[in-house]
Amino acid sequence: MLGILFIILSNIGGVYIPILLRNSIDELKNNLDFNLVIKNTILVVVTSAVAGVFRFMIRQTIIVVSREIEFDLRQDFWQHIQKLPLRFFQNNSTGNIMAHATSDISAVRMFVGPAVMYSTDTGMRFFLILPIMLWMNTTLTLFALLPLPLLSFAVYLVMKKIHVRYTKIQEKFSDLTTKAQENFSGIRVVKSYLREDFEISQFEKESNEYLKRNMDLVKVRSLFQPIFYLIAGLSSIIVLWKGGTMIMNNQLSLGTMFAFLTYLLMLIWPMIAFGWVANMIQQADASMKRLLKIFNEPYEISDSEKTDFNIKTIDGEIEFRNVKFRYRENLPLVLNDISLKIPKGSTVAFIGNTGVGKTSLINLIARLYDVTEGEVLIDGKNVKSIPLEVVRKNIGLVPQDSFLFSDTLANNLMYGVSNPSQELIDFVSEVSQLKKDVESFPNGFETILGERGITLSGGQKQRASLARALAINPKILILDDSFSAVDTHTEEEILKRLKSFMKDRTSIIISHRISTVKDCDKIFVLENGKIAEEGNHDELIELNGIYADLHNKQLLEEELSELN
Amino acid sequence: MSVQKEDEIIGKAYDSKLMKRLLTYIKPYRKYVFLAIFMNIVVAALPSLRPVLTKIAVDDKITNHDYNGLLLIIVALFGILIFQSIVQYFLTYFTELIGQKTIYDLRTQLFAHVQKLSLKYFDKVPIGRTVTRVTNDVDALNEMFSSGIVEIFSDLFMIIWILVFMFWMSWSLALITLAVFPILIFATFLFRRKVRETYRDVRKHLARLNSYMQEHITGMNVVQIFAKEKDELKRFSSINKDHKDANIRSIFYYAVFYPFVELLNSIAIGLIIWYGGGEVIQKHLSIGVLFAFIQFVEMFWRPVRDLSEKYNILQGAMAASERIFKLLDDNTFIENPAKPISLKNFKGEIEFKNVWFAYNPGEYVLKNISFKLKPGETVAIVGATGAGKTSIINILTRFYDIEKGSITIDGIDIKNFHEKELRKYIAVVLQDVFLFSGDVKTNINLGNENISEEKIIEAAKIVGADKFINQLPNKYNEEVKEKGATLSVGQRQLISFARALSYNPQILILDEATSSVDTETEKLIQNAIEKLLKGRTSIVIAHRLSTIQNADKILVMHKGELKEVGNHQELLAKKGIYYRLYQLQYKDQEKIKTN
Repeated sequence: MLGILFIILSNIGGVYIPILLRNSIDELKNNLDFNLVIKNTILVVVTSAVAGVFRFMIRQTIIVVSREIEFDLRQDFWQHIQKLPLRFFQNNSTGNIMAHATSDISAVRMFVGPAVMYSTDTGMRFFLILPIMLWMNTTLTLFALLPLPLLSFAVYLVMKKIHVRYTKIQEKFSDLTTKAQENFSGIRVVKSYLREDFEISQFEKESNEYLKRNMDLVKVRSLFQPIFYLIAGLSSIIVLWKGGTMIMNNQLSLGTMFAFLTYLLMLIWPMIAFGWVANMIQQADASMKRLLKIFNEPYEISDSEKTDFNIKTIDGEIEFRNVKFRYRENLPLVLNDISLKIPKGSTVAFIGNTGVGKTSLINLIARLYDVTEGEVLIDGKNVKSIPLEVVRKNIGLVPQDSFLFSDTLANNLMYGVSNPSQELIDFVSEVSQLKKDVESFPNGFETILGERGITLSGGQKQRASLARALAINPKILILDDSFSAVDTHTEEEILKRLKSFMKDRTSIIISHRISTVKDCDKIFVLENGKIAEEGNHDELIELNGIYADLHNKQLLEEELSELN
Repeated sequence: MSVQKEDEIIGKAYDSKLMKRLLTYIKPYRKYVFLAIFMNIVVAALPSLRPVLTKIAVDDKITNHDYNGLLLIIVALFGILIFQSIVQYFLTYFTELIGQKTIYDLRTQLFAHVQKLSLKYFDKVPIGRTVTRVTNDVDALNEMFSSGIVEIFSDLFMIIWILVFMFWMSWSLALITLAVFPILIFATFLFRRKVRETYRDVRKHLARLNSYMQEHITGMNVVQIFAKEKDELKRFSSINKDHKDANIRSIFYYAVFYPFVELLNSIAIGLIIWYGGGEVIQKHLSIGVLFAFIQFVEMFWRPVRDLSEKYNILQGAMAASERIFKLLDDNTFIENPAKPISLKNFKGEIEFKNVWFAYNPGEYVLKNISFKLKPGETVAIVGATGAGKTSIINILTRFYDIEKGSITIDGIDIKNFHEKELRKYIAVVLQDVFLFSGDVKTNINLGNENISEEKIIEAAKIVGADKFINQLPNKYNEEVKEKGATLSVGQRQLISFARALSYNPQILILDEATSSVDTETEKLIQNAIEKLLKGRTSIVIAHRLSTIQNADKILVMHKGELKEVGNHQELLAKKGIYYRLYQLQYKDQEKIKTN
């Protein structure tokens, strides 16, 4: 609001200058008093200086505010998406979400900042100048403003055409991108069948079409500047002609005509800005709509009125009761009527082919997804009634893809811990067998990971991810195929050490390898979203079903890999 | 080093080497450039004429009550205006045309360059990045090629014309008016420097903000699993705040600069009134000159303001062109012989002699492989994952070149062929069928006009794809959508078989898909494969028992080495690697067969 005030004040200053010019010229013409001329000179500079100060303030308020709004908007955006379920991140690519966080938010900022500033500024100027011009000379004003409606109409027409053609360009650009994407992805086929030249000619065709559509837009857009100059220039010419005639008839002073010419110069920019601002508003509107769509994404998984906030911790008994789960409506069930019980302190395993629902099942425990039907219970209470933070703080989940942040290794290991200590780092990296690797890093645990630092091997990443989960001292530990990149010898070492760590905790292991799961208290074999077999290793071998078959095959594989 | 880093090259504002190279792309359009510059001179001169005419109107006509004279001037002004508008229109049109034509050239050149790169490049660079080079990065240059270069002239001429007219009207007044000019230049210089500093600062914080978001969106599940939302929000907040603060610092300089330029403008006007007014009183100057000068001062300011915009355009263009040229300079090609041999009577005899191959130097994936295939023979390659099966077909087609040993076709080392000559004789059917957008027909002949519609249909009939294609609403003209997502796995395979067959190659390489299909389709596929292999030298990475049993020879690969060779029965009797592989992978198929 302060900004608007500054706009008014600076415009009053700006508008005053032509009046001063008019006076100077008229004085020069009539009574040749040099002192008055000096007085006017000083006034022009002072007025301009004052207007300048306010102009400075405008930017310092409105544009600064727009940055503040951008900050708040981005802050809200982040707070919001942090709460969105995994589903959201699987349905939207990172690039897509990033586009919202960057370009959409800046489009909205452009609207609250520059767009508002220029439109109020120019609007204000127009409404300040109009009365002054009318006061100076009504007839001349009407003549001078005659071409303006024409201008507005022209702007309207051109903008409409531009919009249509611009959309067409966007479409072609997207075709071009698809073409490149497709060609590079299928480069083997292209090369195998010697289709390079054909592909190049296809791409040239698309590029040429893109060029044509761009030039179609240019044909219209090039009209912009000439139209503005033409119509604005027309106004000045009318003033000169009509005003000149009036001066000859002694109806007008030379100074007034000059003031008119100056005012018209001041009005050209508002007219040009008009089209520009209209464009900005259009973009901001589209961006705001996209942002709102994200802001309206439901959290799905959060605490509700059913949550019992008296629950501060969990013991670790897990039960599934007739659980059914699907990722979306109309998609087939991933889990179909699963019922099972995992006693506190026991170690169980899930085994089965890719896509049978193992990961979906454990994701339900940590509430990365919620069940479609049935219920998941921890300590006999529905997980939905336990505060989300309590559930997650007590579950150490080691996901399939070991994502580490580009930070120091120590900070990564202590990610979930509120009081990090070197002892804890040493302990968890010993259990996860990461320690001996770290000793070979020049900066030890202070080594920075990721793009700015070193890249860990797949096995090292998995072990770091395991250590990170152990560090939070979880009541339930879930390993989702966490040893796939770790060699069997190291895996054995880890499992040995984990045994004592997991003594009073519940642990769940997902694996493809029999060797990983054979010592578990209980093994569930999943097939087609159902539990096909269950029991311990020996019982399942005896059963001579899926598990036994898998066991035989893995023995063969082992034999094969040992052959040289 | 990483994806992020390369995309964030901020670039220098001006790099003469890059600029020189960029300018070579404008060369073909020199004519347009000169035309545009000429029009620029005209367009810049016309507005400067207006104050001059206004002066004449005021001094000679209005003061002397010469109504007809005034009308004449008005007509002249109007004529100039119309003329200016027309020239302005074509000027914009041609400058844009220059921009569009040059980026078209650059884009197609870039695309053609990528076509030549070997697979090693595609292994190393993510596809998305290459796509960005060809699309967005090239587009970023448009502005520089079009308005950027030409408008610098426009600004320059504008200033020159104004100066010429000012000095022509009154020497002394022009000098007085220009007294503020050095201050303006100094202020602009100072402003540039400050803005550049803050700009760099803003970019730095923006990069931080973006990489934080990028990383945490990717790893959001970790944030949520460890219930770290609150802590992360705090960290985000501080990065977000740094970014905001950097922006606000830069606003300050803009906020000072623009009003300051306007103030200088007013001072110049003040000087005109003061000095010019004195001169008018002493009758040394006419009042019309004063008129004209005040208008000139107003016009002076636009080219100055444009300077800062040009700077941003240039900076963006430099960064984009640096990335583009890096790709254009990437010469990961397959080395073709200086004097390539072409074969006259192609027979199709293939021999591997002590072949060693590594994707990364030193890490051999194929070790000392030797085998021989007579024309028309079919060989099946079997082995566990990572045994080196795919590598064999990669080197035979020269997607990669071998380190040691030799591969010969009809006794000639394949290094003596041009890679394209070699691929003329070989068709490859890959495991994942890649379908292009377009219709079924073009997905079979891949746009090759030498393969007529009859041949397409014939090939489809032979492999048994004809039946399902005819059931599609538009048959062979049916659009393939979303990379063939609307077709079943089996149907896609049949299309790729028809594709290979329509090219009628002397050598066929087939990487059988592992994915399971229903029994009916399975029969179709088995039948199609049999037809495909008939009468040509074939190498098959086999996953089907039927294929192995029909092969003349089976090569058993293990850890990059060729361990066993023979036919199905011989190898089974050996009870070696093949025996185990058979139990692991193929035995189940026997069960299905007997069922």
